[in-house]
Amino acid sequence: MPFQPVKFYQTGTFTVGNRLLEPEVRSVQANMQRTNSLNSGHRACQGCGEALGARYAIDAAMNASNRQLIAANATGCLEVFSTPYPETSWQIPWLHSLFGNTAAVATGIAAAMRAKGRRDVRVIAQGGDGGTTDIGFGCLSGMFERNDDVLYICYDNEAYMNTGVQRSSATPPAARTATTMPVGPEPGNVFGQGKNLPQIAMAHNIPYVATATVADLHDLEYKVKKAIGIRGAKYIHIYVPCPLGWGAASHDTIKLARLVKESGLFPVYEAEHGVVTSVSRIRKRVPVEDYLRLQRRFAHLFGKVPAVATIARIQAMADQNIRKFGLLEEGTHS
Amino acid sequence: MNKPFAITLDVGSSLANHTGSWRTLRPLYVDRLPPCNNACPSGENIQGWLFHAEAGDYESAWRVLVQDNPLPAVMGRVCYHPCENSCNRGQLDSAVGINSVERFLGDEAIRRGWRFDLPAQRSGKHVLIVGAGPSGLSAAYHLARFGHQVTICDAAPQAGGMMRFGIPKYRLPRDVLDAEVRRILDLGVTLKLNTRVDNVLDAMQGGGFDAVFLAVGAHIGKRAYIPAGSAARIIDAVSVLRSMEGEEKPMLGRRVVVYGGGNTAIDVARTARRLGADEAVIVYRRTREKMPAHEFEVEEALQEGVLIKWLSTIKQVSDEGALTIEKMRLDEQGFPQPTGEFEALSSDTLVLALGQDVDLSLLDGVPGLEINNGTVQVSPNLMTGYPGIFAGGDMVPSERTVTVGIGHGKKAARNIDAWLRGETYAAAPKHELANYEKLNPWYYDDAPKTLRPTLDILRRLSTFEEVQGGLDESNALFEARRCLSCGNCFECDNCYGVCPDNAVIKLGPGKRFEFNYDYCKGCGICVSECPCGAIKMVPEEI
Repeated sequence: MPFQPVKFYQTGTFTVGNRLLEPEVRSVQANMQRTNSLNSGHRACQGCGEALGARYAIDAAMNASNRQLIAANATGCLEVFSTPYPETSWQIPWLHSLFGNTAAVATGIAAAMRAKGRRDVRVIAQGGDGGTTDIGFGCLSGMFERNDDVLYICYDNEAYMNTGVQRSSATPPAARTATTMPVGPEPGNVFGQGKNLPQIAMAHNIPYVATATVADLHDLEYKVKKAIGIRGAKYIHIYVPCPLGWGAASHDTIKLARLVKESGLFPVYEAEHGVVTSVSRIRKRVPVEDYLRLQRRFAHLFGKVPAVATIARIQAMADQNIRKFGLLEEGTHS
Repeated sequence: MNKPFAITLDVGSSLANHTGSWRTLRPLYVDRLPPCNNACPSGENIQGWLFHAEAGDYESAWRVLVQDNPLPAVMGRVCYHPCENSCNRGQLDSAVGINSVERFLGDEAIRRGWRFDLPAQRSGKHVLIVGAGPSGLSAAYHLARFGHQVTICDAAPQAGGMMRFGIPKYRLPRDVLDAEVRRILDLGVTLKLNTRVDNVLDAMQGGGFDAVFLAVGAHIGKRAYIPAGSAARIIDAVSVLRSMEGEEKPMLGRRVVVYGGGNTAIDVARTARRLGADEAVIVYRRTREKMPAHEFEVEEALQEGVLIKWLSTIKQVSDEGALTIEKMRLDEQGFPQPTGEFEALSSDTLVLALGQDVDLSLLDGVPGLEINNGTVQVSPNLMTGYPGIFAGGDMVPSERTVTVGIGHGKKAARNIDAWLRGETYAAAPKHELANYEKLNPWYYDDAPKTLRPTLDILRRLSTFEEVQGGLDESNALFEARRCLSCGNCFECDNCYGVCPDNAVIKLGPGKRFEFNYDYCKGCGICVSECPCGAIKMVPEEI
């Protein structure tokens, strides 16, 4: 059963709150008593999608676990901007691991809690796409394979942003980074490489895998809450736009997350034991161009001579997702 | 110094780091002017009352509504709702049915017996209002709530003006009108019926009034010169509609021709059908597109079997009622020009619906007045050239609708109130318009407009029952919730949720939000993601 949106109350559950709805169907973020797990004063850039996604996810997890939560955090933007010595923005028990071993550290925390008989304490490991898809991948795969009782959350901003926008295995094709081809006939990241981590996680047959974006808060909170309630290995992949690394306006963070889903480029779904159980359908389909144009990392596609063929290849990726996951409502057409 | 190994500083919170210093742009909460409010001739705060109706608090909604307009049940039936034409939701799916929700609130108020708040104190001033139509009643209501004593004089045997003697019952049932008039009179307003004011200066000075508001309307049907035999039966539309209120219904015969293209022409033709005319034909000199009557009224008339001859003028009427019609064509400027082609049309009665004139005889001998084109000229504060005499409604230059009249009444009352205190009324400056581009429509649920029930055609042809039905509570609530709340915070919590820096403080239900400028980095996400355009970015002063 996917997240069931409430309809016909002015904005339904599209907005964070809604004074016309019962308090229990409003989001955790609408609550005046939300944890603010990642508090003000952090050094994330203006309009940071990762800071937003992390607060969304961890506040929801705190709420779902009755505030019995410990998080391990890989090196990366999220760790650097939240904890410059001696300050911290975290209002939860929080550990900084190495870049590559967050999943293993979380496994250890879960083992310790089990040894202490603290079954009420839930454990989260979190990191960026670099720490997840590249550097921490071995530890993560092991955590999945052992089915450790950890929720791993990857905040995907599609490159190593903290160190200056280097390519990761989550960087999309054609996107420019500091370490991809700057010039030539096809600048930017190459097609046909990289990893699709939610699909790899599903291949481990773990109890729960989900994707989400910062543009659909109710869906994100629903998935975190569900994952917290499941024993065993869980993986949630949250799409978080990076204004600085993508060359996008700071006020477009949520808009970009909305467009990537509505174009079909980033399918939002959940899977249990390796099988897709629900997808968030596209509400107002847009061409990938609407999404790409807002980002300078794709500006070379829209020069004096538009890279029509490249844009078409990206559109084909979106179309394939739409077919594969059935992202259009039945009976709707592009 | 008793710290753990390798620790030299105390653990601190990032709250010590005031990231607000990064900001070059600052978000500000604003209230913008919703297009519906902007378009309302009565100056209603439509978004304001829908806000309460959305929550199911109909009494609060009604109380906000009647701050501007004391006749919501009438309005919800006869207003041509320019608000809906400008509604931003029209660009999303279809406009909010503002008019139908207004009617629901008006009917609910009558059903539940809600009454107006009495004024806190009396001013001791006495204002004479001439005319108990929409303008006069609206002015009386507002003046009474300001604490002034009000006397209305009207020449007719019943109150309501054109709402009673011009608008047919099938559009405005009289019990609805009576209930809303009575509620105004319950404020302590004195109503003198069958009292014609022949000379306004005499009445003002003789009655000891401190100010006068004239709202006598336009009740004299315009005539056109048509060569006619002496036995031809030609009457004017106003007389027909007025006599519908008396015991003796007008005898129009089986074939009725109405000359004119305004709403009054439609009203007469539809009335004729209900009185048993087999044929009711409207003769109009231009095309349907150019017709001043409102589209939905034309449509309803056609449904009821009213025929319309476009591009036609009446040249001559014989004793037997045979009409000679000349076909017209539109020239490049859109004006009708004769073609020299004629045809015949027979009629028992020809009704002229060519507009109305104002009876200005009560103004004879008032110095300083300016009369132009048969209407009284007034300053922007609705005062005539004679100090203390104000005028509004159909007798001043304006679009002649009930809604405009009610708006004039409110405006006049505010100016009279200021004038009685030796001041000048200054309206508060208008907010910036909340146009569609300021909204983020993604957040609004897809919800088509609720249609009101319509009386079946057989009963429309034989009775004067109300044609358009009302909404019940469930669909009125649904309709109210389609409002986008353009330009005004409706507490959706989006800004509070989407801020990556927790720099929005939620103040609690009904209290909206505040920015915490110590931490706001000025990213502008709150502005982009505010559904209703109630936040704007302004440059930070450095």
